[in-house]
Amino acid sequence: MVSNRMRLAGLGLVVAAALVGCASTRSTADSTPPPAAARPQRYTPPDDPYPSTYHPYPGVPTAITGATIFDGEGGRIENGTIVLAEGRIQAVGGADTPIPEGAVRIDGAGRWVTPGVIDVHSHLGDYPSPGVEAHSDGNEATSPVRPEVWAEHSVWPQDPGFSRALANGGITTLQVLPGSANLFGGRGVTLRNVPGRTVQSMRFPGAPRGLKMACGENPKRVYGGRNQMPQTRMGNIALMRQTWQRAVEYRERRARDPNTARDMALDTLVEVLEGRMLVHNHCYRADEMALMLDMGREFGFRIASFHHAVEAYKIADLLREAGTCAAMWADWWGFKMESYDAINENIPLVHNAGACAIVHSDDSNGIQRLNQEAAKALADGRRMGIRISDEVAWRWLAINPANALGIADQTGSLRAGKRADVVLWNGNPFSVYTRPQQVWIDGALLYDMNNPALRPVSDFELGQPGEGDVK
Amino acid sequence: MTRLAILLAGIAMLAAAPATAETIAITGGRVVVGDGSDPIDGGTVVIRDGRIVAAGAHVAIPAGATTVDASGRWVTPGIVAGFSRIGLVEVDAVDATNDAQAATSPFSAAIDVVPAINPQSSSIAINRAAGVTRAVVSPATGRSIFAGQGAVIDLGGDMEPVTRGRLFQFVELGEDGAGDAGGSRASAHVLLRNALREARDLRAPIGSAGARSLRQAPSDAPPEDLAENPYLLPGAQRSDDVLLTRFDAAALVPVLQGRQLLLIHVERASDILQTLALRREFPRLRLVLVGAAEGWRVADRIAAARVPVIANALTDLPSSFEQLAATQSNVGRMRAAGVEVAIGMINDDEARQVRLSTQYAGNLVAIARVPGHSGLSWNEAFAAISAGPAEALGLGGEIGSLRPGRRADVVIWDGDPLELATGVEAVWIDGVRQSLDNRQTRLRDRYRQPQEGALPHAYDPR
Repeated sequence: MVSNRMRLAGLGLVVAAALVGCASTRSTADSTPPPAAARPQRYTPPDDPYPSTYHPYPGVPTAITGATIFDGEGGRIENGTIVLAEGRIQAVGGADTPIPEGAVRIDGAGRWVTPGVIDVHSHLGDYPSPGVEAHSDGNEATSPVRPEVWAEHSVWPQDPGFSRALANGGITTLQVLPGSANLFGGRGVTLRNVPGRTVQSMRFPGAPRGLKMACGENPKRVYGGRNQMPQTRMGNIALMRQTWQRAVEYRERRARDPNTARDMALDTLVEVLEGRMLVHNHCYRADEMALMLDMGREFGFRIASFHHAVEAYKIADLLREAGTCAAMWADWWGFKMESYDAINENIPLVHNAGACAIVHSDDSNGIQRLNQEAAKALADGRRMGIRISDEVAWRWLAINPANALGIADQTGSLRAGKRADVVLWNGNPFSVYTRPQQVWIDGALLYDMNNPALRPVSDFELGQPGEGDVK
Repeated sequence: MTRLAILLAGIAMLAAAPATAETIAITGGRVVVGDGSDPIDGGTVVIRDGRIVAAGAHVAIPAGATTVDASGRWVTPGIVAGFSRIGLVEVDAVDATNDAQAATSPFSAAIDVVPAINPQSSSIAINRAAGVTRAVVSPATGRSIFAGQGAVIDLGGDMEPVTRGRLFQFVELGEDGAGDAGGSRASAHVLLRNALREARDLRAPIGSAGARSLRQAPSDAPPEDLAENPYLLPGAQRSDDVLLTRFDAAALVPVLQGRQLLLIHVERASDILQTLALRREFPRLRLVLVGAAEGWRVADRIAAARVPVIANALTDLPSSFEQLAATQSNVGRMRAAGVEVAIGMINDDEARQVRLSTQYAGNLVAIARVPGHSGLSWNEAFAAISAGPAEALGLGGEIGSLRPGRRADVVIWDGDPLELATGVEAVWIDGVRQSLDNRQTRLRDRYRQPQEGALPHAYDPR
């Protein structure tokens, strides 16, 4: 189920890229440059082209009572009440929390309430199901430096995987990233996990975009195999530094001369240097993460999170000092050399060192079970003597990823005023026997295990065997 | 425990590989036999000479037995990985350590995984520490629809991993098979039929000891012994009109005769039916379906054919066009229709992560509580990763449960073995207590504190 394509940054893409190259050569030859007099003004992109058109779906005032609540920031309320209305969390508290008249009441006895799960690393939409070559839209593997591409321009909203993540995983927010074939993979996009006709209708309003960078084996293998830079880890770093230096100089040039020709690639990097875009760095090995932290200091950017950080436990102290999160799997290991030193206690060890730990998926199956991944890691940590409560561990799925994505003021915990992104689980969500019972996004009930009408079916699934089935 | 059973266990022990003379009694635990029966609280499991003597309530503890107190613990048979490539791979992406597939080999059906299995691969120790004690190990296809012959191994910390070699032939007949066969399912089916024809047409040399037609081949002749195989003797006759090497064709003789299992990977409902139909032409084939993501759509037909299925537990995405109808309810629906279903991991990190079997089985219990879903009861789910795969592979008498006479693969857990928080406290394989240490536990212990002391971590006391 786990596709090596994503992890290994598929070499099969070379063929597809070559075909695209032929087509673009022909169209260039056919086009005629406009006469000089008609040349338009220098293009200045708007701050937010392709803006979000997302709007919350209708909800009704709802109160869940008698539940165990994990607030996502480490708090726990027994016999708790939560009130949702107008798309927002109105109140969270004990049994004495006032419930507005007319609110739908749901008995949460024996059930758990948590914030919606946030996945900081997904390829839903850009490597959608079915995983056919025509859908392989995650890696623009035509150059190791492609900060000009945006993952949202590859996202296919009809990927059936979004609905599985909602119904089985309680995922309400996810970041879709480009793949890791390139050192600079492009911009990631943060989505609300709602079905839509367009990617714009899924975009999380106001969420900062992310820059995907990649260390290690994938870039050097993809390009080294073509006898092209980078072929080594030192080549990775050298080309990254040269690129950041170009961005620094471009920013200075633009400051001096507003008529400087726009460079879409360097525009992305300037947004990072100016602190308006977050860096999410695919990086497995401890030594490489330490180098990347220094690179951030050298050029003045901050890395929000290392992804797939299987050796984060070796440098958890450095991560704490840098304020950089580590997004990790519970127990993936051994699929390539840089994942060879993975251990089951990575997540609790990072947490225990005072650094920011996140559970992520990078996988259309794993995203359906992030709660279970957290549960395994938590148990392995406890077995080695690390004491973390269930409610604190839920931070790995909630406020920590929200912080890494720059959306913690909007979601990621159950605080009055935040978006009403809520999961009601039919038991303890750290048990294998538990599933989401109901999921709300911005207060709209978008999944209900008891209501087949609230089981989203993508266009792709219509008229196919299994349409509308439980999944 | 009857005297006969003890006698039989003793006889079987003689044929077993490593065993100890030790008698062990594990007492006070919640005992799961693994055959689908209810757990027994306060049960006792008695092991002698590497085999299970008895498991259950009111079991007498033999004099002189070493007693292990499992009060408050669960005691179960070791997990059997129903489909895997464990022992064939150290690091997937490091070709030199990856023996799962031979992409440019001149051979196909003749390939036998046994010489490639490395009992010291990290994966064996890591998965053993999670309670997996046996695994079905299959090669993957290279240039042919025939991957070669697979084995059942144990995950013990010794140098004798093979429980049963050349147990089955593995074939791809779905999308992968079409690719292996040159581009279409139709070609894959012709290749399969032609290969079986070539096996049937093999003739031993006239006048030799093996000068019998295939149909008269003695059933006690070990087909796996190439030196004894009459179809490989000098002068054995073959037509010129062949595609397979002699070795490959000879390897299919026991498949054709029904003396070796034929595991076929198919996912699509129509591919499943085409596979079941093979038995009309080749009635002695002993089929096992692997994958079968759309099995629920033709579950009655699979059940009627009495063909067991080794399925992925949680496939629920249309990740290819051959599994458009995938749902986590597949296993439960097939089971409800009377299909014998076990859980395996096909194309799912099966060289390294068979330890996820317990989590997968637990999820099938979870969905039994979700309206509209078909899951499994706890007893069925545990059996699907213990006795189920053993029986699908014809080894239910040897492994997969704590019934008397079975190999003593026993695990003590600190809780419900399907739960996420549960850990393994002790593992026996063939009655031998196993180490639970591995590279991962060593790294964990080294980096309890990431900061280095007076000297770098490389000098940490070991």
